[in-house]
Amino acid sequence: MSRHTLSVLVEDKPGVLTRVASLFARRAFNINSLAVGPTEVPGVSRMTVVVDADGDLIEQVTKQLNKLVNVIKIVELTPETSVQRDHILVKVRADAATRLQVTQAADLFRASVVDVSTDSVVIEATGHPEKLTALLSVLEPFGIREIVQSGTLAVGRGSRSMSDRALRSA
Amino acid sequence: MSKGSPISPSLMATKSAGAAKAPERADRTADHAAVVADLAAVSPVLGPNNVVPPTVMTGSQAIVRSLEELGVDDIFGLPGGAILPTYDPLMASTMNHVLVRHEQGAGHAAQGYAMVTGRVGVCIATSGPGATNLVTAIMDAHMDSVPLVAITGQVASGVIGTDAFQEADIVGITMPITKHSFLVTDPNDIPHVMAEAFHLASTGRPGPVLVDVAKDAQVGQMTFSWPPRIDLPGYRPVTRGHNKQVREAAKLIAAASKPVLYVGGGVVKAHASAELLALAEATGAPVVTTLMAKGAFPDSHPQHVGMPGMHGSVSAVTALQQSDLLITLGARFDDRVTGVLRTFAPHAKVIHADIDPAEISKNRTADVPIVGSVKEIIPELTEAVRSQFEASGTPDLTTWWSFLNNLKETYPLGWTEPDDGLIAPQKVIERIGQLTGPEGVFVAGVGQHQMWAAQFIKYERPHAWLNSGGAGTMGYAVPAAMGAKVGEPDRVVWAIDGDGCFQMTNQELATCAINKIPIKVAVINNSSLGMVRQWQTLFYEGRYSNTDLNTGHDTVRIPDFVKLGEAYGCASFRCERDEDIDATIQKALEINDRPVVIDFVVSPNSMVWPMVPSGVSNDQIQVARNMTPEWEEED
Repeated sequence: MSRHTLSVLVEDKPGVLTRVASLFARRAFNINSLAVGPTEVPGVSRMTVVVDADGDLIEQVTKQLNKLVNVIKIVELTPETSVQRDHILVKVRADAATRLQVTQAADLFRASVVDVSTDSVVIEATGHPEKLTALLSVLEPFGIREIVQSGTLAVGRGSRSMSDRALRSA
Repeated sequence: MSKGSPISPSLMATKSAGAAKAPERADRTADHAAVVADLAAVSPVLGPNNVVPPTVMTGSQAIVRSLEELGVDDIFGLPGGAILPTYDPLMASTMNHVLVRHEQGAGHAAQGYAMVTGRVGVCIATSGPGATNLVTAIMDAHMDSVPLVAITGQVASGVIGTDAFQEADIVGITMPITKHSFLVTDPNDIPHVMAEAFHLASTGRPGPVLVDVAKDAQVGQMTFSWPPRIDLPGYRPVTRGHNKQVREAAKLIAAASKPVLYVGGGVVKAHASAELLALAEATGAPVVTTLMAKGAFPDSHPQHVGMPGMHGSVSAVTALQQSDLLITLGARFDDRVTGVLRTFAPHAKVIHADIDPAEISKNRTADVPIVGSVKEIIPELTEAVRSQFEASGTPDLTTWWSFLNNLKETYPLGWTEPDDGLIAPQKVIERIGQLTGPEGVFVAGVGQHQMWAAQFIKYERPHAWLNSGGAGTMGYAVPAAMGAKVGEPDRVVWAIDGDGCFQMTNQELATCAINKIPIKVAVINNSSLGMVRQWQTLFYEGRYSNTDLNTGHDTVRIPDFVKLGEAYGCASFRCERDEDIDATIQKALEINDRPVVIDFVVSPNSMVWPMVPSGVSNDQIQVARNMTPEWEEED
């Protein structure tokens, strides 16, 4: 199974997230991650869905998504032609003795410390999923207390906008 | 022309004041002029697109008025608390509302209505249990692509989410089984939501659309104007097939030596039977019509080789298995047709024309996919085939036809007389078809009688055969027949039902009797859940676990279907002897002032043949128990 990143423009209507999620569930499609938020166009939201599926299945996923009336446009973003980022917040055990080591590790990954207490720090990092996995493995020995991670966000490289053509006819 | 009367003269008189009172809706009112100007183009709003200037009314009046403007004539429903406001203006409407006895009946009736007329069927129910009672019919319409709009009342928007009395999240419940759904909490949304619902239900691949209207949106004031603007930026069904693909298809047809036209229910939905006939005759290819497509191509036509699938004819099943080219039109490679998918038609290339792109290459990869309406694709394909044949010669199908004709002659559909002295159910059904003729409408439930009705009634025209194909809903027949009779009152409408199915929805006989909807119900009474019993005979060593219904010969007869029919005001007969079959059917055909119920007491031992057992290749088709055809000409 290969990993695919779909950018999906949807109408910002009640229930649209449920429609997408329920479609994946009932067709037994495998969602790896899903991120959703508003876009530059009022009334239009954008979902980034990462799916594990083979070639034929990803075509079926796209077609079924397109059947949802609230779905306006779907584009598959490949790693080569897009920027893809995950966002993570990690709470790590860090007392006076280990704090410096922890923050140095964060620096190496260009992550920042966003909260400090006597026995822990919260580190915020952004990047490709592999980079975040590497960061976590470096932090692991110190003792990870909590992880919060976003779904992947992705945008195509270059000047073109996904909403250009999709919404002209709308 | 709207048949709807203005809501009331006094309301009309205050319309300008009303418009001024609703400045927050100025956008929609301003849109109005632009919309009217655009109407020179084809309007996506169903109905005559009468121009209604802004008029103040309640949301419930707007629901009724929208239905009238959309050209609706008949509605099936049952009122309750949360839809009560809408039933009040409905009383003054010229639309015909049929009061059912159970909401499931309203749903299936709307389906039956839609199937015979091609128009959108409409059903109404209240919130909570009223709405959930529609679920089976909505799912049935979803599986069989029936244009249906279901309107449900919902509790007031302020209490949604509080587990209020008769509250159910019907939008959530039906999300997987509707083409789309709406929850309306602002009465001003009603006209455009209604127009969008009808547009969605009836265009592209048809299907059910749910409109759930909160009680306060029904009671609240709004400004009604017509036609509304349809705003569905994500909905763009493709109807025109791609030219290049059509030419590719024609090339494959010209090169094929064993082509088959594999015709599905999409051809019936698209009203493309005449176009299909022209294509069939241009290609000379054999035609199989699926369970959903019976009548799309005349059964009597020499090119018709039967119905494919689990209980299809040997000639149709084998035609597909041996084919080198499937010309698939509005069909979806359902598992009941293909059997074990990887063994289905192993040597065939596939042309697949369908209006739903998601059906193409879903189950079977298409070599030539054509997305569009078969209504437009088939004539273009016929033209392309003609010019291709002129260029490269007409293919010689003589060998193919002699193989298929031999199968047709050797393995015709038939039955063996039961050994218990009771009537053969197949004979009853065949005689109903013969004595009624091809202008009748035949509506089946689900099970053995459904398969026999598909096999032994001859269908010569589309929209004459209704059944629950994808969903397999027991209880479909009586309410769907009722809806069909409302839609086509001049036709003889038969419900061919089983004793199991009949007990699920026969309460609608009251609706039929009281509203003068004289359907005819033939209960094929084998005193059991016959299809399940057949599987128990074949695959469970005759252990008949919970399939005996005690309604037939030599039983307590609970219920007695004749008494039941009489209690419901129907002319009711029992037929137990072979020699009475014709006379009983004739008697039923002569009664047109009330519904008729006939209890045909038949043998429980009759089985549906041929049969492809579940989980094996279609090559393993059996014409009778443990009897497979001999494939002397198989290559």
